[in-house]
Amino acid sequence: MIEKKAQNSFSKNVSVGWFLARRELRRANVWTTSLIVLVMTLTFLNLIVVSGILVGLIQGSEDAQKKYAIGDIVISPFLNRASILQTPEVVKIVKTIPGYKNHAVRYTGGARVESNYRETIAPGEKRDGAGASVLGIDPIAEERFSGISKFVIRGSYLSPNDGDSILIGKNLLYEFTPIEAPGFQTLKNVEVGSRVKVTAGETEKEYFVKGIISSKVDEFDTSLVMIESEARHLLNRTDLDANTIAIQILPGTDPFQAQKFLLDSGVGDYARVQTADEAFPKFLKDIKETFRILGTVISGIGLVVASITIFIVIFVNAITRRRFIGILKGIGINKKAILYSYMYKATIYASLGIIFGMVLVFGLIKPYFAANPINFPFSDGILVATVPGAMSQAFILLITTMIAGYIPANIVIKQNTLSAILGR
Amino acid sequence: MIEVKNLKKIFQSGDQEIIALNDLSFSVPQGQFLTVTGKSGSGKSTLLYQLGLLDIPTSGEVYIDGTEATRQNEKDRTLSRLNDLGYIFQDYAILPSLTALENTMLPLLMQGYDKKEANEKAKKALDKVGLLDRMNNLPSALSGGQQQRVSIARAISHDPKIIFADEPTANLDSETSAHVIEAFVKLNQEGQTIIMVTHEEEYAKMAHRTITMADGNIVSDIMNKK
Repeated sequence: MIEKKAQNSFSKNVSVGWFLARRELRRANVWTTSLIVLVMTLTFLNLIVVSGILVGLIQGSEDAQKKYAIGDIVISPFLNRASILQTPEVVKIVKTIPGYKNHAVRYTGGARVESNYRETIAPGEKRDGAGASVLGIDPIAEERFSGISKFVIRGSYLSPNDGDSILIGKNLLYEFTPIEAPGFQTLKNVEVGSRVKVTAGETEKEYFVKGIISSKVDEFDTSLVMIESEARHLLNRTDLDANTIAIQILPGTDPFQAQKFLLDSGVGDYARVQTADEAFPKFLKDIKETFRILGTVISGIGLVVASITIFIVIFVNAITRRRFIGILKGIGINKKAILYSYMYKATIYASLGIIFGMVLVFGLIKPYFAANPINFPFSDGILVATVPGAMSQAFILLITTMIAGYIPANIVIKQNTLSAILGR
Repeated sequence: MIEVKNLKKIFQSGDQEIIALNDLSFSVPQGQFLTVTGKSGSGKSTLLYQLGLLDIPTSGEVYIDGTEATRQNEKDRTLSRLNDLGYIFQDYAILPSLTALENTMLPLLMQGYDKKEANEKAKKALDKVGLLDRMNNLPSALSGGQQQRVSIARAISHDPKIIFADEPTANLDSETSAHVIEAFVKLNQEGQTIIMVTHEEEYAKMAHRTITMADGNIVSDIMNKK
């Protein structure tokens, strides 16, 4: 009795499912469809943007560190040495790196800075002082490298002849960092034009504060920035061996190739040569990973919410159409074809949400945050989102949505055909 | 074409058993127009559901073209409904999101016809019921009678062996009802086997044969004079 002209093959179920879904979607209430697509778009944005901003918070800090402080490759002393051996020779090699763009040589050392050193204080009272780093720079080379002058928020930048002047990082000033913890002090009443005393070992010298730096790069914000000859004098350096050589390479140049070039040229005998990624402190990498996990957890919750939304939408849709599902089964439409029609609908809702979400993320939100980073206290937060990353999130959302569409539709479709037709 | 042997359907309502069909046996030859009448609750619709493979009887057998249909699994029953049977329900039961043409095409697409073939066959079916000019209308734009004619077109589009109609005129005015019954008579004259449940004697008499039911039993089985 069963003529085999009608084999219920997969392709027939798929095409009839598509036939039903397409028409139902086309003739559905436009506001209802828009609302569902909006929910899916927001869910996708939640998946991408929340974790993207959390990671971007640290990425912004890393980017600033790379751009202004350490460059693409950084040369630093061996762990058991105070400075980079044969610095002038190393600098000569640095300039021959294929793809070389720029470099900055810096001298650093520990020091103490005091502001009220001229005042008489009572016995037992502490002077207004703070521990700080001395950062010796070539003002012209450093400006070329990091554009440091743009971080001078008060006063003005150093000139090569400013032997008696310094720039002071905002983290050393009470006005910007109002902390009075045991062992950590900041300077009160220091302004542009103030005189401060800097002591490094046995050497001490008075300087005028020429400017205040605020950069969100620790290397500058916790330092007393001075010209390199002054730093060497203060730190009692008799040679030209520096503490950091930060190198920038031209875009498109592989930092690992540049690193290899330096090592092959013998720089590895004088100092450590690291790419920026290798040089980032572990705690920064850990925080980044922590934020990524946190973002994933928050995104996961978003995914569950999206699944529940689709589940409810499809369930309500299927329940209200229970009778029509019964009729479809009654006239011989295969259960799978009906099921596929609901899965198509769920998939189309999700796909539209993903498409709008992609357009928003890569066409609007990411460029916006790149141009206007979020002003977090310790970094300029950007949105970290890559197309492959977004595609994998989209894939997860799509699969979740299909499952969320399948379950409620299957529950309704499995019900007795006659009961569904008769609505009992 | 259809042979019914000792068909029984019992519903359980709490501790009580309700016998909806009580050991019915009869046969319907090919090309016959059979009407089933009776009062409300007499079991006529229940009988139609068993014959149309929409429900499973408690006991007994239904043979369609010599094949025992009641013992088929759900998949084969669905396939039988698709290939061999056509249904017309009391309240039309056409899908609101599909046009008249799309509703009619649906069983054909499920049978594996390509869109073009399905379209042609569906148009022919709609032409048969006089609705070709409304084929692109959604059900909401059709009157009750027109919707019922779409339902008939859907039922006949795939050339089923038997058409089952469950009180197809119940929701229609007398003029429209007469048109629908005329459509059935015409289909039957072309050789279509039809089993129709109706409580209207006037329409019942237009068939070759009328079975009257009461309390799950056949109380009369008569051939109508034409």
